[in-house]
Amino acid sequence: MPLDLFTVGDPIADTKAPMDVPIGERWSTRRFRARLVNPANRRKLTVIVVGTGLAGGSAAATLGEAGYKVKNFWFHDSPRRAHSVAAQGGINAAKNYRNDGDSVHRLFYDTVKGGDFRSRENNVHRLAEVSVNIIDQCVAQGVPFAREYGGLLDNRSFGGAQVSRTFYARGQTGQQLLYGAYQALERQMAAGTVEQFARHEMLDLIVIDGRARGIVARNLITGEVSTHFADAVVLATGGYSNVFYLSTNAKGSNATAIWRAHKRGAYFANPCYTQIHPTCIPVKGDYQSKLTLMSESLRNDGRVWVPKERGDTRDPRDIPEGERDYYLERIYPAFGNLVPRDIASRQAKNVCDEGRGVGPGGLGVYLDFGDAMKRLGRPAIEAKYGNLFDMYAQITGEDPYETPMRIYPAVHYTMGGLWVDYDLQSTIPGMFVIGEANFSDHGANRLGASALMQGLADGYFVLPNTINDYLADGPFEKVDDSHPAVAEALQEVQGRVQKLLSINGNRTPASFHRELGRLMWDLCGMERSEESLRKALDRIPEIRQEFWTNLKVSGDENTINPTLEHAGRVADFIELAELMCVDALHRAESCGGHFRAESQTPEGEALRDDENFAYVAAWEWTPEGAPPVLHREALEYEYVHLAQRSYK
Amino acid sequence: MTATREGATFASGTATDPAMAPHNMTLTLRIWRQRGPADKGRMVTYQVEDISPDMSFLEMLDVLNEKLILAGDDPVVFDHDCREGICGSCGLMINGTAHGRGTSGGPTTTCQLHMRKFKDGDTIDIEPWRATAFPVIKDLSVDRSALDRIIQSGGYISAPTGTAPEAHSILVPKKDSDAAFDAATCIGCGACVAACPNASSMLFTAAKVSHLGLLPQGQPERNERVVNMVAQQDREGFGGCTNIGECSAACPKGISMENISRLNHDLLGALRAGARPKS
Ligand SMILES: Cc1cc2nc3c(=O)[nH]c(=O)nc-3n(C[C@H](O)[C@H](O)[C@H](O)COP(=O)(O)OP(=O)(O)OC[C@H]3O[C@@H](n4cnc5c(N)ncnc54)[C@H](O)[C@@H]3O)c2cc1C
Ligand code: SF4
Ligand code: FES
Repeated sequence: MPLDLFTVGDPIADTKAPMDVPIGERWSTRRFRARLVNPANRRKLTVIVVGTGLAGGSAAATLGEAGYKVKNFWFHDSPRRAHSVAAQGGINAAKNYRNDGDSVHRLFYDTVKGGDFRSRENNVHRLAEVSVNIIDQCVAQGVPFAREYGGLLDNRSFGGAQVSRTFYARGQTGQQLLYGAYQALERQMAAGTVEQFARHEMLDLIVIDGRARGIVARNLITGEVSTHFADAVVLATGGYSNVFYLSTNAKGSNATAIWRAHKRGAYFANPCYTQIHPTCIPVKGDYQSKLTLMSESLRNDGRVWVPKERGDTRDPRDIPEGERDYYLERIYPAFGNLVPRDIASRQAKNVCDEGRGVGPGGLGVYLDFGDAMKRLGRPAIEAKYGNLFDMYAQITGEDPYETPMRIYPAVHYTMGGLWVDYDLQSTIPGMFVIGEANFSDHGANRLGASALMQGLADGYFVLPNTINDYLADGPFEKVDDSHPAVAEALQEVQGRVQKLLSINGNRTPASFHRELGRLMWDLCGMERSEESLRKALDRIPEIRQEFWTNLKVSGDENTINPTLEHAGRVADFIELAELMCVDALHRAESCGGHFRAESQTPEGEALRDDENFAYVAAWEWTPEGAPPVLHREALEYEYVHLAQRSYK
Repeated sequence: MTATREGATFASGTATDPAMAPHNMTLTLRIWRQRGPADKGRMVTYQVEDISPDMSFLEMLDVLNEKLILAGDDPVVFDHDCREGICGSCGLMINGTAHGRGTSGGPTTTCQLHMRKFKDGDTIDIEPWRATAFPVIKDLSVDRSALDRIIQSGGYISAPTGTAPEAHSILVPKKDSDAAFDAATCIGCGACVAACPNASSMLFTAAKVSHLGLLPQGQPERNERVVNMVAQQDREGFGGCTNIGECSAACPKGISMENISRLNHDLLGALRAGARPKS
């Protein structure tokens, strides 16, 4: 690997998981060994939680209940709007209510394998253990999960799992789980244990004497930039899919909080691991502002196809059976339309690259319910997928009961994130990272219905136990604005805001964001090669340069100014994009969501290289100009044996 | 392989695509502009051209804002995030109806309203939610934190983390759980308040009272919940409910008036049982 792009530093390792006991006892052992903070002392300790999604909302509420003084920040107007609200499909838990052979061990096994052997066994095992408590907790809060006639909870099989372990609330599981956490959080706000900072954006982390001690935040309504101090800081700010501009994430989803923390010393792990979801509504035009996911469950009954001939523009209903290519069924006879997300996405790209894509721009494939309608009848299809069909019709103006849907892959989730140890603590002592913002549990590929599980596991059950061990050393020495490190961070944030407003060039933040996104999609998207990544790495610095000299932000800094907010986020996305490409380039293997063109089997399937790449890549930021430093965390598999995935 | 399709990603449905061009529209927008809470505010007229029928309403506003930014003018501020009808951030009065119901032919969220519902040459009025309890922050963005404070006053079940019993120890008849779910789908957008001639938040509050009151887990706090949430609505300055039904007609999630009957029933029961709001 070329040394100009990065340098290699010391290996890194998790030191918190107790390796002296078997895997099934590690979490209880860690809890037992972690120090406690007595209830009287908790009132003297302040914890900042940034984010109110499933991870942040559940953590803030739980820490508040435990008696800590919590300060909770988020950029939305209400905590209930965090993007977790948009999750559709469901949440996994190893309850084995169906008596179909599920168990903590099976969920653990499936998740390690699904992550293509790039996650930590210890973390995944704990996740599977805790999954059952999550369902209990949510039911107690009144989350209206789907039920059967006997009053018991219903389950479904999701994302190709062979057992039914997914709990769901129609197509709105994320919404209902989030409202459970939100209500618990509002209860703590009423009780005065959680102080709220709505419409505040975290713009920097304050590190003093090697410990995270606070944040710099901007009030998005008044523009005021202020400092906030605490004994520990928790980041729960979600994923960074919007580096691609078009994704299924909400418009405001951003990388700013984790990126600024990275620049203050937190290692960033596996930034190139991105999940591309196969069933989204295709792009319509230049003005497109985001992409909409259609639940994966559609693949249970829909058949994916494209015309056999390239450039066939006939109405799909006029194309006879013999002239259609049901390519997933053809290539993967065993799994057919239910192959995992990364495979379904890549094959859609392949057929479109061959010129057989359908719809505007040739970037789409059909998802056809014709057979299912014949077999089950329209009422059954309506009952199962009615809300999704309506959403599709509303967005595209086409009736999916009459004509096949058109779908195309879109960026959906980022497995990469800030590096954390078993306690969910980053490389900056006192800064913890939970939910999609950390890297820990999904390896190179996340299974369906497991992000909601992880967010709530982290927030309700893991962090509130592990953070005590750190806080047991507190309260730490008082700090205020007079401390040089604080003044420096404050000045830097204010300087940046001024700078963004003063460039007065000719391009809007959205225009740069679109350009960056398209570049990342084309060159660091579903398939990456050394050539494409080098091209991206040549181009990104040029975009960065132009951004800082030709940006136009109108309006001022003392009122709500979404253009200014967007500009700051795009600036961070540009820097993150560069690190993603370096990471993707250095990982010369295919694994999970990361498909390297040079690393495939003769049949064109992903080829992992365990010999050279069975590690977590944790990147250290170095001051301007110097290349990032790679720290490797070796991954060892004691319980699940390394094997290539096969879905043929 | 990558190279063959490079650049194709965004090329479609634009003015450069001849197949789409003839359908594109020119529209006149009359938009409420207000610099801040102290400003009086006024309607300002803008022209937008080349609007594709496939655009969403908010994408149309993006087009306008891009132009305003480049001209050095203040872009129009409006709230939005998920743009898929679930976060409840967006909310505009469009031609006098909440979320543009009058135009779309049925309730929807503003972000799910598409431009194919409009015609070339149309004039569209765009205003913020109007209610005493929702002060304008700027332009089309209003402060809806009053809804959060209603939830704070009792819209929860007290279940501290880690104390929950095994999930299957609580059986919930499917009928009740389905009805609770229907009520729980409220996204807190505030369209019900904006649509109501009294600017009442009754539908929002009733949705939460119903969701929790229909479940066995919600029984212990049922009386206190309803009296406190209703008292909080009054404190926030929302109007009283006179059963007009505009709220439900505008609600993008189909929250029904039945929920308000349930609230009234619960409220009466709670008062009879001696429950009184916390002061
Ligand atoms: C369309 C869609 C469908 C999905 N479906 C499923 C599914 O069925 N099952 C599943 O398991 N997973 C699903 N996922 C993934 C899952 O929803 C997310 O990974 C998860 O909800 C993320 O939760 P979070 O708490 O980490 O972050 P989020 O919910 O994104 O919350 C982030 C929070 O941080 C705040 N924030 C962010 N940046 C800042 C900042 N700089 N300053 C202050 N505050 C900030 C925000 O205001 C927000 O409160 C889906 C995702 C999408 C996009
Ligand atoms: S009841 Fe309907 S209109 Fe009112 S806030 Fe809820 S979703 Fe919006
Ligand atoms: S933007 Fe989320 S509901 Fe409209």
